[in-house]
Amino acid sequence: MGRYIARRLGQGGFVLWAAFTISFFLLYVLPSDAASIKAAGADGDLSDPELVARLRAEQGLDRPVLVQYAHGLWGALHLDFGRSFSSGAPATKLLAEALPPTLQLTALALGLALAGGAALALASTYPRARWLRHTLTSLPALGISLPTFWVGLLLLQWFSFELRLFPAMGNEGFESLVLPAFTLAIPASAAFAQVLSRSLRQTLAEPYVETARAKGAGRARVHFGHALRNASIPALTVLGVTVGGLLAGAVVTETVFSRAGVGRLTVTAVNQQDVPVVQAIVVFSAVVFVVVTLLVDLLYPVLDPRITTRQPSAAA
Amino acid sequence: MSVPVHDDVLLDVQDLRVGYRTTAGGDAPAVDGVSLQVRAGEVVALVGESGSGKSTTAHAVVNLLPRGGRRTSGTIRFGGQDLTGLSEGEWREVRGRRIGLVPQDPTVSLNPVQRVGDQVAEVLVIHGLARRREARRRAVDLLEKAGLDDPAARARQYPSQLSGGMRQRVLIAIAIAAGPDLVIADEPTSALDVTVQRRILDHIELLRSTLGTAVLLITHDLGVAADRADRIVVLRHGRVVEEGPARSVLTDPQHPYTRELIAAAPSLASTRLGSGAAVLPTSRPAAGPDDGTQVASSAPLLEARGLRKEFPLPRGAAARSLVAVDDVSFDLHAGQTFALVGESGSGKSTTARLVLRLEQPTAGSLLLDGTDLTAARGEELRRLRRRFQVVYQSPYASLDPRFTVEQIVEEPLRAYKVGDARARRARVRELVDQVALPATALGRGPRELSGGQRQRVAIARALALRPDLVVLDEPVSALDVSVQAQILDLLSALQAEHGLAYLFISHDLAVVRQVADHVGVMHRGRLVETGTADRILLDPREEYTRELVAAIPGRRALADAGTP
Repeated sequence: MGRYIARRLGQGGFVLWAAFTISFFLLYVLPSDAASIKAAGADGDLSDPELVARLRAEQGLDRPVLVQYAHGLWGALHLDFGRSFSSGAPATKLLAEALPPTLQLTALALGLALAGGAALALASTYPRARWLRHTLTSLPALGISLPTFWVGLLLLQWFSFELRLFPAMGNEGFESLVLPAFTLAIPASAAFAQVLSRSLRQTLAEPYVETARAKGAGRARVHFGHALRNASIPALTVLGVTVGGLLAGAVVTETVFSRAGVGRLTVTAVNQQDVPVVQAIVVFSAVVFVVVTLLVDLLYPVLDPRITTRQPSAAA
Repeated sequence: MSVPVHDDVLLDVQDLRVGYRTTAGGDAPAVDGVSLQVRAGEVVALVGESGSGKSTTAHAVVNLLPRGGRRTSGTIRFGGQDLTGLSEGEWREVRGRRIGLVPQDPTVSLNPVQRVGDQVAEVLVIHGLARRREARRRAVDLLEKAGLDDPAARARQYPSQLSGGMRQRVLIAIAIAAGPDLVIADEPTSALDVTVQRRILDHIELLRSTLGTAVLLITHDLGVAADRADRIVVLRHGRVVEEGPARSVLTDPQHPYTRELIAAAPSLASTRLGSGAAVLPTSRPAAGPDDGTQVASSAPLLEARGLRKEFPLPRGAAARSLVAVDDVSFDLHAGQTFALVGESGSGKSTTARLVLRLEQPTAGSLLLDGTDLTAARGEELRRLRRRFQVVYQSPYASLDPRFTVEQIVEEPLRAYKVGDARARRARVRELVDQVALPATALGRGPRELSGGQRQRVAIARALALRPDLVVLDEPVSALDVSVQAQILDLLSALQAEHGLAYLFISHDLAVVRQVADHVGVMHRGRLVETGTADRILLDPREEYTRELVAAIPGRRALADAGTP
């Protein structure tokens, strides 16, 4: 077990390195850079090569690319991604400041997605009426196909502008969290519900469910005592991916609702080609993915005794 | 049989009709007016082939029809009570409490994420017979009653940690937990090895005599039915064609279909199939079409010498490697059949894969006509491969569903670039004709064919390159008995016509008896006994072989009835 985790952490380290390296070179090959954008912002004139050159020298952008890369990587290993080109503050500090509101948002959205998705999945297999099951089964597909920004705008229109139940923007208090969290949760819960409901339907057709019914078990016992745990493995896999998706969704949602957070920080940093900040965000997202995937993999054997963490490490 | 049969009818099914909703609308009848009775303490066997409605009948009795199925008419009375009008809630009181069900396939019929003890205890909890802790304790007793050794430890294990036979015992414990008056056993042993099958059936019989539980035994195997039941009900196309005391159904069948079933049942037939003919009269030693004696003097087609195959085990396991095949040697002559018999895990299929050069042996050699197969590589091996072909167990899994029959049979010809397109088409037609498929089958996909027809396609494909040796890996195990007999007949006829050598892999000694000249019995990777088919079956020397022979169903009934 300890060995398994160590090996997985090693793999995670590789993923982080790859994320850093790929994002570094992608940003490098883009035609413009932070210095020219800043120069353009300073006096609105792009054609001041002297200013651009000075700025480039200030940021170390005039050094050979491999030197920049080595420098950046060495810094990243010490959690130092350099200072933001635009504000001058350390990139990690900017990220750390933007994190709490985004964590609140994604945590609430994840909770809503889990609860909503599970409820919808169970609702699509539990009722005895066929038409009801069929109707509910088709709902998740609808939820997935709704674009996040559109849902956000719709929720704003109804609950904020017409009903005036929740604020339309900002970071103040729990109320400001509700609409963005729902916006984020709807597609996530739909994906979760779709997989769980399909998996539940397959599980309910398994012979061991018939065994349970032959014991005299009712629908509730069959669903909650036998089917749900067996059906949850594919749903857990999706959940792992969903957490990453929520992070991506936060970019759009925070923009629509004008909330401060990692999403907004990302948008600004990308617009300004603020390489240190972008790199910090990329590596942070990779960390989230690595950790979530590891957690999901460690949860599998808890749910299903047939899955062990020993086998893959032994095969390697 | 020795148990007294009471006259009071426990289960009384009258004119039962069950239909499955079809996509076209309306119902396709699966059970078409079945009436049957089970008296208290009686064992009744419901016998039929797939599609006969036997399983549907059993499920209708506990109102657990698969989705789309519904009872369209008829009554089911149990213990004097009409069950047909029950609400779902009332049904739940019947299921598990008054009627227990032992399902078909033990490997998939237990919840994989629950400890088996809890799964047994659940029955008691559902029916309010015990609280959680008490139920767990009683579950251990029930597991012991079902014949599991060390039940306290077993109760804490998960299904995946138990063998198929052990799992079936757990399912028996579940079925008898609440002390039902009737246990419905739906093909309880068809997924198990014969020796395990025998022990499980013995145990069901023991429970019947100690607990007085009546049993409705659903089986495709007339041999099992004859051995175990007081009465036999034969179903065909959803109708009862014959019903009576087990012995008289077996010895004096009235309906032609029953006679056909008896003739086809491998466990009840006793001799080798001749060249295309039906069952040969009696005990003359197995004589292939080209009688073995004249060929045997010449060099064997295939010589296996000291074959050994080890598979590495994951670190942390008790041993470093698993020896799947251990020092196996045999000869196979042209025109003859050598059968490898054994239970699951005995190494017979691995041996087949070694012969097919799908696995490389760890040690030993394989000579095909004097050429060492194990040393052959690349182009040489490819040339040799033409000479040995394979037919797999499941014709449902071994044919590409996107190909037509013509494409499937032609594929080996295309792979070896035999002839031009026209010559290949002609050859495919010839092959399809040889396996007695209509030419109209050529354009169809495997999905449009029955199991027996699919296996014919697989045989045609194996013969396409005119091989000398065909490895038949459980070729009839997935088929109904009457279809089994047809396929075995076909294989015998093709062997006679083309002088083929067969390496016949099977778990079923009864089938082997009909096709093999020589038999090798495998146990835990070793060939424990080899000999002519008759010698092995009539005079087994090794303890294990004796056990295997004794486990063939139908023997008891035949002995009782005094037939040879």
